[in-house]
Amino acid sequence: MDTADTYNYKVVRQFAVMTIVWGIVGMAVGVYIAAELVWPQLNFDIPWLTFSRLRPLHTNAVIFAFGGSALFATSYYVVQRTCQTRLFSDGLAAFTFWGWQLIIVLAAVTLPLGITSSKEYAELEWPIDLLIAVVWVAYAIVFFGTIVKRKVSHIYVANWFYGAFILTIAVLHIFNNLEVPVSLTKSYSIYPGAIDAMVQWWYGHNAVGFFLTAGFLGMMYYFIPKQANRPVYSYRLSVVHFWALISTYIWAGPHHLHYTALPDWAQSLGMVFSLILLAPSWGGMINGMMTLSGAWHKLRDDPILKFLIVSLSFYGMSTFEGPMMSIKTVNSLSHFTDWTIGHVHSGALGWVGLVSIGSIYFLIPKLFGKERMYSVKAMETHFWIATVGIVLYIASMWISGVMQGLMWRAVNDDGTLTYSFVESLKAMYPYYFVRFLGGTLFLTGMFIMAWNAWKTISGATPAAATATQSA
Amino acid sequence: MSMDLNDIRAWYTLVLFVTFIGIWAWAWSGKRKARFDEAARLPLEEPETPRTDKNKGDHHE
Repeated sequence: MDTADTYNYKVVRQFAVMTIVWGIVGMAVGVYIAAELVWPQLNFDIPWLTFSRLRPLHTNAVIFAFGGSALFATSYYVVQRTCQTRLFSDGLAAFTFWGWQLIIVLAAVTLPLGITSSKEYAELEWPIDLLIAVVWVAYAIVFFGTIVKRKVSHIYVANWFYGAFILTIAVLHIFNNLEVPVSLTKSYSIYPGAIDAMVQWWYGHNAVGFFLTAGFLGMMYYFIPKQANRPVYSYRLSVVHFWALISTYIWAGPHHLHYTALPDWAQSLGMVFSLILLAPSWGGMINGMMTLSGAWHKLRDDPILKFLIVSLSFYGMSTFEGPMMSIKTVNSLSHFTDWTIGHVHSGALGWVGLVSIGSIYFLIPKLFGKERMYSVKAMETHFWIATVGIVLYIASMWISGVMQGLMWRAVNDDGTLTYSFVESLKAMYPYYFVRFLGGTLFLTGMFIMAWNAWKTISGATPAAATATQSA
Repeated sequence: MSMDLNDIRAWYTLVLFVTFIGIWAWAWSGKRKARFDEAARLPLEEPETPRTDKNKGDHHE
């Protein structure tokens, strides 16, 4: 059955289903810790239920388990279809699936236990880091091996983005996690002080740039043309988009370290490159959106296109906001406040979340031999619930964040602080509740998706053919 | 005058910048148009099963 005449959809199916499962898990943890900020007693004085231990679990689960599974699923699908050849190795592909799931389970066990290297988004300890490196190398072999045996001469642009993502993450992961183990569960970074901070944020911001951007741009360049049934707006723009994005992102990390011990010139360099990033980011966004030019009516009754195109709007918003926040004077207000959290979630829920959900909705019926998703109406409902959830989330965090920043910096005539920290905390209360509400809505959408996917896969007859026509 | 490390860094930056402009010019050149149009249609014209012929299916040339 494993022959060269078919594509390997098995591994794509596995990752696609796990995208939904890990999405629910990771977002549920997020909603729980959002609730803890409103009702602190929810940690029940149990160490592994505290915000400090669950927060890295939330970020790792949504980025690497949900986002990672979506990237594995779509990249394996896209690279086979656009290279018109089966995956390079079924065995290695299966290894990446089971290896990745094992890593996620290990993360879910160790992080609540408080086992952490304390590097943000790279908290996992050294034995898991080694496993990640091995699985990632296998991923690279499968992906690039498939490109090498391709049956068409051109390497489609989506594969360029996926390829850059795979290659860069390997380099970032290995160099940021160079550490000296002192026991099975504890290690220390080999870099000292400010250098460690710089390496960490070189990693951290490129996890955003390559994991959360380049990989998902790969999705955009395949699934939007596919769903709209039109070629991408400008292919030559996509070539320039690619080179501009990857050569600029790599320099932007120092904007996480404004007003620190990092040399001033490095901070300014990070700021300037972050500002330049607006150009390739918006170039890519425009390229995706304009793919629909002349066919905007398709947006009206196609929920998958709604997910994909609105994800680009959030991408455009957050890639405008990001450069702005990297300006030192703006950063002096925004840093350490909820504004940052709002910014991250406009990218994470709005861009990464919606583009993944749209792509998975596209894939599920195709992978399981169905005409379409079981309920088009449910997809539509999911879209609106998710969008309202995002707007509540980011708007509340903007208000709360700017308010925090202003309260913290306010001084009286005699130079004393106008507000105590607790006063600013009290002022944030209502916004924390609205954030909890927004997150709950987004999570609810994921449950609707899981139900819809379950119905589609289990082969139930589409609810109402009429609904699909009129939706 | 001898070159120090910072001169090399400055030149390297310049080389990268010129390379980028070069990529831009390359991508926008009219000669690429037909090839790019064809590449852009790849997702739309892909077959449902892998191609079994050995050769890389080639476009024009």
